[in-house]
Amino acid sequence: MIRPSIKGQRLAALFLLGFLLFNYPLLNLFAGPGQVLGIPVLYVYVFTVWALLIGLMAWVVEKRND
Amino acid sequence: MLTAPVIVIASFAYVGLLFAIAYYGDKRADAGRSIIANPYIYALSLAVYCTSWTFYGSVGRAATSGIGFLPIYLGPTLMAALWWYVMLKIIRISKQNRITSIADFVASRYGKSQMLGGLVTIIAVVGIIPYIALQLKAISGTFLIVLQYPAFTTPENQGAPLFLGDNTFYIAMLLAAFTILFGTRHLDATERHEGLVAAIAFESLVKLLAFIAVGLFVTFWLYDGFGDIFGRAGQTPQLSALLTLGGESGSYATWASLTFLSMAAIMFLPRQFQVTVVENVDERHLTKAIWLFPLYLLAINIFVLPITFGGLLHFPDGTVDADTFVLTLPIVERQPWLALFAFIGGLSAATGMVIVETIALSTMVCNDLVMPVLLRLRALRLTERRDLSGLLLGIRRGAIVLILVLGYLYFYLAGEAYALVSIGLISFSAVAQFAPAIIGGIFWKGGTRTAAFCGLAAGFLVWTYTLLLPSFAKSGWLPITFLSHGLFGTDLLKPQQLLGLQGLDDITHCLFWSMLVNIGCYVGVSLIKGPNAAEHGQATVFVDALKHPPAAPGSHFWRGSASVNDLLLLVGRFLGPESAQEAFASYARSRGARSPEALSADANLVHHAESLLAGAIGSASARVMVASAVEEEPLGIDEVMNIIDEASQVLAYSRQLEQKSRELEAATNELRGANQRLQELDRLKDDFISTVTHELRTPLTSIRAFSEILNDNPRLEEGERTKFLGIIVKESERLTRLINQVLDLAKIESGAAEWHSSEIDMREVLEDAVTAVSQLFRERKIDLTVELPQKVPGIVADRDRLMQVMLNLLSNAAKFSERAPGKVTVALAQQSGFLRVEVSDNGIGISAVDQEVIFEKFRQVGDVLTGKPQGSGLGLHISRRIVEHFGGRMWVRSRPGEGACFSFNLPLAREPVLVKAA
Repeated sequence: MIRPSIKGQRLAALFLLGFLLFNYPLLNLFAGPGQVLGIPVLYVYVFTVWALLIGLMAWVVEKRND
Repeated sequence: MLTAPVIVIASFAYVGLLFAIAYYGDKRADAGRSIIANPYIYALSLAVYCTSWTFYGSVGRAATSGIGFLPIYLGPTLMAALWWYVMLKIIRISKQNRITSIADFVASRYGKSQMLGGLVTIIAVVGIIPYIALQLKAISGTFLIVLQYPAFTTPENQGAPLFLGDNTFYIAMLLAAFTILFGTRHLDATERHEGLVAAIAFESLVKLLAFIAVGLFVTFWLYDGFGDIFGRAGQTPQLSALLTLGGESGSYATWASLTFLSMAAIMFLPRQFQVTVVENVDERHLTKAIWLFPLYLLAINIFVLPITFGGLLHFPDGTVDADTFVLTLPIVERQPWLALFAFIGGLSAATGMVIVETIALSTMVCNDLVMPVLLRLRALRLTERRDLSGLLLGIRRGAIVLILVLGYLYFYLAGEAYALVSIGLISFSAVAQFAPAIIGGIFWKGGTRTAAFCGLAAGFLVWTYTLLLPSFAKSGWLPITFLSHGLFGTDLLKPQQLLGLQGLDDITHCLFWSMLVNIGCYVGVSLIKGPNAAEHGQATVFVDALKHPPAAPGSHFWRGSASVNDLLLLVGRFLGPESAQEAFASYARSRGARSPEALSADANLVHHAESLLAGAIGSASARVMVASAVEEEPLGIDEVMNIIDEASQVLAYSRQLEQKSRELEAATNELRGANQRLQELDRLKDDFISTVTHELRTPLTSIRAFSEILNDNPRLEEGERTKFLGIIVKESERLTRLINQVLDLAKIESGAAEWHSSEIDMREVLEDAVTAVSQLFRERKIDLTVELPQKVPGIVADRDRLMQVMLNLLSNAAKFSERAPGKVTVALAQQSGFLRVEVSDNGIGISAVDQEVIFEKFRQVGDVLTGKPQGSGLGLHISRRIVEHFGGRMWVRSRPGEGACFSFNLPLAREPVLVKAA
């Protein structure tokens, strides 16, 4: 059965991490003007965190030998 | 070149392709080689979440709030991380219980309640109607735009006549026809549509590719990449604000509430429940979808902002609706094929949503709203019809048409007043009302049916008042004063500033109030009155779904009697006789039986039949139908409690064991006691025999000794001879008396003694006894006093036996009263239902130790002075036995040196007996 609980806990931790990173006040740190490579820092921040989060979720789910 | 026929043909060709895919998918499924049984198709089918809202609306939303469109996709991403705990459980529960819709899920969780299923269905239908209107608006709007190619103005739809004069109505009806063809061709107990899922996955691919194509075109063809677009936007004063976040107050609140809404939506939208739970082939697909689905969301959102700013920079005067940028940018750049691709992509997004959503809703309307009512209407005699599968399909098809007509009406009445995303959010807010009842239901056993009903109803009412009605008011279908001045002109009842709450946007405002009353009612009512037996049973099935093996859930909670044939007929009425026969046959095979007839109609089979029915008509109705076919015995709360709680079961078992071992111990003790008594009796018998032997030998020895003397000495003196002969006679008499008494005792003890009971006057008995012994008393110079009352009630006893008792007592008194002057008193008295006789003397008395002993066999207290026994030792024992035989008691009061008083009492005759006065 697919239920090694460490995976569930890791995913829950990622949920909390994402929830913090995507909300006030952490989000506010990147909400102002400013650019990275010509792209607004807010957009870069949100999309980068999003992509990282998905990458981490993939890593947790696909990781074997747990 | 992009003329109306081309567009229409392309659209129909695309839909035809979808049908081909669905057909192929169904064929493969029937052949047992599913094409959707892999996680990638599953994740793509989940992307039915992305509708016209995503395809067109995100850009429109971004044009006014910048990145504010994004929480709708961040929420599901975050939620996906929790699927491991939440969605896996919902899927497991649904498979175990054959749940086919969200209404079914809620109804099933709270004791298979039809009321609750109906309410959820109503909320879902009313709540989703704006969402369907959104799709209609997007399709009809973009269709009109693309028809005007190469012009690119936003056409005015207003003023078109209702229904037949309106293109949108035809689109709605076409969608209804597609849906009916896709989803209700036949009835399946599991409500799974493999072909449909394959087509939906294909649509998700098309819309993603179309959107990315437009995005690449805008970003890299029209502009020089991301930096170029954002750079130009930053230089435009009215656009630069969109590049940041949190200008005005409350925007973080909006951000958070949209995140929450989308988290609820990804779980509880009827179509999401359909593709995620009902159409799920394998639980493992879900785990892969945890990251694949968010990846899809990320991919389809990357180009939203570039397209938005591209559009805003291209149409700076605001003449073009930002909701249509995805289509109008290719058109204005004269890219007909890209425009057509974008249109097809939008069509994919809209049709996918409408088809799955209306199938899911029609299942709910049929199973949880219409069928329960129809089954209850006895006049229709539905429960007697043989085959109802046609009726079920008819209801579903009717529901599909009805839902699309309602969607069309909402679009017609209120659609123009809102942007796409705002319409969609109204639906999201309605769906979020399911969250407390479902999330609470799968993690908390305490939630009750009434509480879930109250919470849902209250939340739905608040939603209606604060979001749905205002949307009508803004469109002019309700007086606008309803918005500005509140109901009845009461400021506190302003629908979007309820109780004066300000500073929140209308969605956040609605979410706050509706969740407050929803969760409040759910938790509050649950805590006021806890769950009953049925609710507790279902709660355990749901909350502990992951703890127990998936085998035959719920069957423990059933007992009753049924016949296999009844069940087969019942299922056949809803699924059709052949499918039912087939389903039973395969079940029989799985149980190792040769044919359905060989099955026993046990709880598992009944449960199987119920779940087959649940697939077709919903769990609540299925429960009612099965209950009609089987005689179900209700379970008492104690039994349910015992059954459901494993711990308590074990506890009860060990208690039983304990009880048993205690009983065993008690039995052992009893046996031991009995054994001891036996041994005691054995010992007593031995004692008795040896005592009797001893007592007999004493006079015999004496008789023999004196006889030998007489025999050996014939010339003995006359005086001596007479003396010795006297002794021999006396000892012989004693021996005879002893033998008589032993025989008497043996008779009494064995119950063989003869008793001649009659009504007697105790005074006569005493007088006779005293007369009989008077000579003896005179010889010994003992004064005998008799105290008799004038008259006593009669008793029932054996006169001779009572004489025996009295003579025994009197002779004992005479023996022990030898100290002159002897004095013996016989008294008779009546005392509360008894007659009491006392024989007292002034002799040597009896010590306390000896007072009980003297009543035992062969126990006599010897003459202290001589040590010589003066009786057989049986007299008192026999006397006591006689008195006890007639229901009385005998005892003695005495002190050494102060004489003894022997007493016995005898009960009066029940009937007052007339006794002649002496």
